[in-house]
Amino acid sequence: MKKIHVTTKVNGDEVEFLCPPEETLLDALRDRLGFSGAKEGCGTGDCGACSVTLNGRLVCSCLVLGAEAEGAEISTVEGLAHGGELHPLQQSFIDNAALQCGICTPGILVAAKALLERNPDPSDSEIRYWLAGNLCRCTGYDKIIKAVKIAAAEMRGETA
Amino acid sequence: MQFVTAQSTAEAARLLAESGGAARVLAGGTDLLVQMKSGMVEPATIIDIKKIPGMMEITEEDGGYRIGAGVPGQMLGEHAGVVALWPGVVEGCELIGSTQVQGRCTMVGNLCNASPAADSVPPMVAANAVARIEGPDGSRDVPVADIPAGPGKLNLKPGELITSIFLPARPKRASDAYLRFIPRTEMDIAVASAAVSLELAEDGSIAHARVALGAVGPKVALVEDAARAIEGTTLDDAALDALMAACRAACSPINDKRGTVEFRTQVAGVLAKRAALIAKDRAGEKQ
Ligand SMILES: Cc1cc2nc3c(=O)[nH]c(=O)nc-3n(C[C@H](O)[C@H](O)[C@H](O)COP(=O)(O)OP(=O)(O)OC[C@H]3O[C@@H](n4cnc5c(N)ncnc54)[C@H](O)[C@@H]3O)c2cc1C
Ligand code: FES
Ligand code: FES
Repeated sequence: MKKIHVTTKVNGDEVEFLCPPEETLLDALRDRLGFSGAKEGCGTGDCGACSVTLNGRLVCSCLVLGAEAEGAEISTVEGLAHGGELHPLQQSFIDNAALQCGICTPGILVAAKALLERNPDPSDSEIRYWLAGNLCRCTGYDKIIKAVKIAAAEMRGETA
Repeated sequence: MQFVTAQSTAEAARLLAESGGAARVLAGGTDLLVQMKSGMVEPATIIDIKKIPGMMEITEEDGGYRIGAGVPGQMLGEHAGVVALWPGVVEGCELIGSTQVQGRCTMVGNLCNASPAADSVPPMVAANAVARIEGPDGSRDVPVADIPAGPGKLNLKPGELITSIFLPARPKRASDAYLRFIPRTEMDIAVASAAVSLELAEDGSIAHARVALGAVGPKVALVEDAARAIEGTTLDDAALDALMAACRAACSPINDKRGTVEFRTQVAGVLAKRAALIAKDRAGEKQ
């Protein structure tokens, strides 16, 4: 089978890879490029563990083909922290115990970051609707919503 | 399997025709990739149409809007002009899946997946939206209502694909609405749904209406009797009762664990009534 050569940008850096035509972007990111932050929970668009942004839009990378990434810009959870410093969302998830096993966390962080870029001050129900496609089986959603709200306030410069 | 990024609609149509049914168009992939994963479809060729010029664009045309076949739901919802003119179509499209699905899912993919429960289809039918089709014999325009042929089946000829959806112009005092019933508040498939589009006369009565139902038959149904039941009225109780009765008479749903025949039929009427009231309020606010 002929492999496809793909050139794309991940977290601002140009990368290239070879993949078979049916390979998902999720598998290409994890197995060819070493970005193992995005997880496969379901592989069918239901759980959001594989969330990344593709040309600025939040998507399930399990429902994107690797070949579609040609010329695109992708952001993954690996792009959140700068140097040794965690993103306010990441710090808030730790401080507010918004993760247990952590499988859902990378997808939720990427999704929450995309929300706060559009809406720096979302209400509880706006956060819940935005994150409806991100399933968590252990932490419970209340802590996740709270962690997003606290990070949002901090990013608006409202709390210490 | 082969993956092709089509550069033109002519190339996409040629590849589709040459494949003898073994090729699939890829728009947002939120149905296609799930079906490939489960082994339900095994295409020999995948034709990505999103890089064809115009596919990711929304353009004004004759007072209406042409929506490219690659435009995702979220982008439709960001377009103030479309939201103002056809709010019911936008709300149907925005109900598809999660935020992640919204980043990819298209109205055309929703239509071409040919599910009777597809959320953007009833409002497109109520809007009298028109699909532009390109194929080996050139281009033709077909009302969206005439595209579905039954569950999983379309009235498209070999080699044909849809390149855009046209949402027409409408008078100032006109609007639309879409409602669905699902057992949860998010991320579920409609058990019954209804879309109503209407235009108001000078005196505030309904000059013209179109009513479409989803998930209560083998394909989305335009219910002419339901529209006639409310035209000339101000949506008084008698008119709303007649609307509900006409909708229920048009239902032939399946019976399954998600909804009985009786339940789906009952709810379709209620949803049509509520959608009609919302559409009338929206139209009234525009004067
Ligand atoms: C988690 C999840 C939740 C969902 N929730 C909903 C929901 O609430 N409501 C709902 O209605 N749907 C739902 N869906 C189904 C799906 O997202 C929609 O049907 C969506 O609109 C499909 O659009 P797409 O662009 O992704 O289509 P694709 O998957 O790209 O294509 C779908 C089909 O149409 C064909 N096709 C696509 N474009 C064209 C074209 N231009 N010309 C000819 N054929 C074409 C493809 O070959 C394929 O057979 C959900 C899916 C997922 C994964
Ligand atoms: S792995 Fe992609 S949504 Fe579950
Ligand atoms: S922390 Fe385990 S699934 Fe969310």
